[in-house]
Amino acid sequence: MTRKTALDVEAIRRDFPILGAIVHGKPLIYLDNAATSQKPSAVIEALVRYYQEQNANVHRGIHALAEAATAAYEGAREKVAAFIGAPSARGVVFTRSATEAINLVRYSWGRANVQAGDEILITIMEHHSNLVPWQQLAQEIGATLRYADIDENGFLPLDRFERMLSQRTKLVAFTHASNVLGTITPARAIADMAHRAGARVLLDGAQSVPHLRINVRELGCDFFAFSGHKMLGPTGIGVLWADEGILDSMPPFNAGGEMIRKVTIEGADWNDLPYKFEAGTPNIAGAIGLGAAIDYLETVGMENIREHEIALAGYAMQAIKATGAVIYGPQQPRDRTGAIAFNYGDIHPHDIAQVLDAEGIAIRAGHHCCMPLMKRLGVTATARASLYFYNTSEEIDALCAALPKAARMFSR
Amino acid sequence: MPDDTEIKLDSLYREVILDHYRSPRNRGPLPNPDLQAEGYNPLCGDEVTIQLAMDGERIRAVRFSAAGCSISQASASMMSGLLEGKTIAEAEALSETFKAMMHGQPIDEEKMGDLIALEGVRHFPVRVKCALLPFETLKQALDSRA
Repeated sequence: MTRKTALDVEAIRRDFPILGAIVHGKPLIYLDNAATSQKPSAVIEALVRYYQEQNANVHRGIHALAEAATAAYEGAREKVAAFIGAPSARGVVFTRSATEAINLVRYSWGRANVQAGDEILITIMEHHSNLVPWQQLAQEIGATLRYADIDENGFLPLDRFERMLSQRTKLVAFTHASNVLGTITPARAIADMAHRAGARVLLDGAQSVPHLRINVRELGCDFFAFSGHKMLGPTGIGVLWADEGILDSMPPFNAGGEMIRKVTIEGADWNDLPYKFEAGTPNIAGAIGLGAAIDYLETVGMENIREHEIALAGYAMQAIKATGAVIYGPQQPRDRTGAIAFNYGDIHPHDIAQVLDAEGIAIRAGHHCCMPLMKRLGVTATARASLYFYNTSEEIDALCAALPKAARMFSR
Repeated sequence: MPDDTEIKLDSLYREVILDHYRSPRNRGPLPNPDLQAEGYNPLCGDEVTIQLAMDGERIRAVRFSAAGCSISQASASMMSGLLEGKTIAEAEALSETFKAMMHGQPIDEEKMGDLIALEGVRHFPVRVKCALLPFETLKQALDSRA
């Protein structure tokens, strides 16, 4: 029986053509949303409409199509700004991905502001995309990268975190929601602590923006990075939001067209925000598709999405645990997202995923780009079922019914 | 409608593979190995260590230790059983034949022993890396000789 929430999940599912797919002769059950979400028709149609009716390069053409494309692209930027509570669209920089957004901060702000002997503080549960850039920057300039630990339940103990901050800390970079443990971090409290120590704060929102109502001013961060494709948008579009004062002080990331105001043989002046950071023809269609995704999410309502996911994650965690599996991270659904990492007996997650695939069930298996976290948990890999608002309790039941098939095959 | 998925899953997880997975041969550390290497599969975090005791150009004993899926563990177990007594050149030839099998090329099945059971893995492209991991690690171990 489908659990009652404010969402009409059956109607929502009809908006996603791929959710009707048959995989290996069985209806698709898609539980790999932390890797990428599926796309509603409204997003797919926005991409088609752009290419069929508006395709032109943005910002420079003096013709009707160029004006339409520019209006649609800049309209998407306004939608992003409103969606994340940004004071203005000037602080919204379109990138290729959350990874590129973080690397923009590394190369532009990081090289100009972090010096030998300084410290960068991250957490042990960071995705490689918010770990390797800082590891590289620290090695490049002789700074120290420090890792705040988690407790047994996957939380960040704030007292221990605070003790790792000092005058030397120049940047605190951490995830808003773990892609493995699901942990939602106390972003505001950490940002306030970091600011008291004089550090800048980068928040990785790749796993939070799709699921939680975001307001970057309330979160108190200086930089906020996320990708479009985990929140119903197309791949290849991401966002860096940053405080405009900080962006103004930063040197450009990529150099080329669009990012300049004036070029002479001797040198160049930089364009205004956010164009200073958008060299080259941008992913116009991707930005427009992301705008359509935001419209869709706002129609459904982020609060409704969160309530549905809390109920479904609670149901899923109980049902998965009842099979004998071990779930990592916070055990209360309100403390986490619906990214549920688990291990089932001593069966390798690859083998679990393979057996589930034969049932039409898509989950993820492996280290989830979090190898230091895997080591901290004492495992080489986990299985992960990750939910979105179009998932149902029936799909969770199918997952749990299939797990014993893996047990029969692999138990030693 | 016949369910081709079941058939394919059976072709991946053949009984002999599950047997090697449940009861691996030559697993555990080798005291004073002459050659050894550690291999990682960055996709899934699988790890395997291959240790060899040599008698000149000939492999006298093979041991492996691994944390990985059924395919990588079974592959390591099957490979270890075939390597004992082989020369380095013969071991390298076996690796090449196994790689050819994983890429769907025709091979001489006679020489493959239990490894022939892994033939079905080639229908699951993501898992080919798991099956190849022990062989790639063996190559590293052999290449490490002075």
